[in-house]
Amino acid sequence: MSIILDHVDYVYGGDTALAVRALNDVSLVIPDGQFIGLIGHTGSGKSTLVQHLNGLLKPTGGHIYFNGEDIHDSDYDKKKLRSKVGLVFQYPEHQLFEVDVFSDVCFGPKNLGLSKKETELRAYAALKQVGLEDEYFYQSPFDLSGGQKRRVAIAGVLAMKPDVLILDEPTAGLDPKGRDEILDQIAKLKAETGITVILVSHSMEDVAKYVERIIVMDHGSVLYDDTPKAVFSHYRKLEEVGLAAPQVTYIMQALRQSGMPVETDVTTIGEARDEILKALQRGSKSGN
Amino acid sequence: MLRDITLGQYYQTDSVIHKLDPRVKLVATLCFIVSLFVVKSWVGYAAAAVFLVVMIRLSHVPFRYMVKGMKAIVFILLFTVVFNLFLTPGETLVSVWKLRITKEGLRLAVMMAVRLSFLIVGSSVMTLTTTPNSLTDGMEKLLKPLKIFKVPVHEVAMMMSIALRFIPILLEETDKIMKAQIARGADFESGNLIKKAKAMVPLLVPLFISAFRRANDLAMAMEARCYRGGEHRTKMKPLRYAARDRVAYGVLAAYFALCIMIRIWL
Repeated sequence: MSIILDHVDYVYGGDTALAVRALNDVSLVIPDGQFIGLIGHTGSGKSTLVQHLNGLLKPTGGHIYFNGEDIHDSDYDKKKLRSKVGLVFQYPEHQLFEVDVFSDVCFGPKNLGLSKKETELRAYAALKQVGLEDEYFYQSPFDLSGGQKRRVAIAGVLAMKPDVLILDEPTAGLDPKGRDEILDQIAKLKAETGITVILVSHSMEDVAKYVERIIVMDHGSVLYDDTPKAVFSHYRKLEEVGLAAPQVTYIMQALRQSGMPVETDVTTIGEARDEILKALQRGSKSGN
Repeated sequence: MLRDITLGQYYQTDSVIHKLDPRVKLVATLCFIVSLFVVKSWVGYAAAAVFLVVMIRLSHVPFRYMVKGMKAIVFILLFTVVFNLFLTPGETLVSVWKLRITKEGLRLAVMMAVRLSFLIVGSSVMTLTTTPNSLTDGMEKLLKPLKIFKVPVHEVAMMMSIALRFIPILLEETDKIMKAQIARGADFESGNLIKKAKAMVPLLVPLFISAFRRANDLAMAMEARCYRGGEHRTKMKPLRYAARDRVAYGVLAAYFALCIMIRIWL
């Protein structure tokens, strides 16, 4: 059970003079149950890449396999694929259309041809998963706040019970509190259900805390594909491609350069604190 | 998905026609269309064809782009040709079953086809070589005299340029919403007409909401910049006729005079 990308190319604009190469020989294996961060600067091809994973875009070169089957085989059931690989677009609240929150979340499972009861059960469960209170269920989705709308939209995809959940910039345009809430909710969901989660972002800060693997895209190619620690150690190269390592990486580098014996491969503030305390203890021991 | 739609799109290149003042091109297109209805003989159509071919060559736009616009009117074209061919009374040439093709019908059908396709290609020379913005600028300037009759010329031009500006944005938006709903299992392709119409709801509702939101934002941004309509408004790049525009008017006048002469003497 996994997604495999085999030398995938994608060119926008076909054979005209305006053709843009959005993906360039991308090969990836996405095994079950991983929590992945897909990072890249604007225009690096990360959104294009995720639209390939559920068959919305067809690669102009290469193959994509889901659970061992080529998703662009003529007899492959795309609808089934889209229920298994759930994609939440950027600003997903722009896709809401129903008269109330609950019916909007029902849209996905209903399209799968499930019974009314199953549809409603799933919608209810999905809305609970994103932490929306019951009192909002029968309100118009357009009366909700930005963060709430986004939860509803994410629930709309979760209700299809995907094995893989892809979120394209789920925190774009949210305030820090809304951002942390959404990300914590996703992390909790991941811990509870064990599904594969791919978090698309341009911010290392956002993903560093949660993911176990980071894929860095640059100009349509995979630049790094490794653990967060390993990726952040290339922080100078990351800057060159318009990204940045989390701020703690810079602090630790600076501390080390000023003579403090700390390890620099920490990714979160908590780890940095522990590392600095350790270094201080070592310092006071050797001082005695 | 929707990128194939060409709505009189601008084709970026460098040519004499591109550099002409939009007013010249507007007047020229109008004259060309009128000339198609002025001439009635084959000689006249030959003159129009020569004029058109020269303009296309001068515009440096590949010919296939011109023909692309024809796709949209293929149906109307066929419709006109077929009806004229079979339903014009006159001297019978061929008769199959109850249908008769007459000499007059054949002549009329061919003429109509030529007229329609020249019309479309002629106007696409203008839209392909003029950006929507300069087109509305030109229109505003040309229609200025109508202000005497209290026609809100500036407002109409402004609305046109905003509408044109929004076409690609809304197309992109449609594409995005469509994909988002397909990702939720929506099906826009299969089913009968009613089912298809119903399937449009999840696309149209968000699209309208987004259009209104954008319109609102734009209105607010314009207001914040103290926009208050056409009175006393100056332009950063006002339209001014250059030497080549005067030459173009000369060529146009000559062509139009020729058409009228053909009509009178031939």
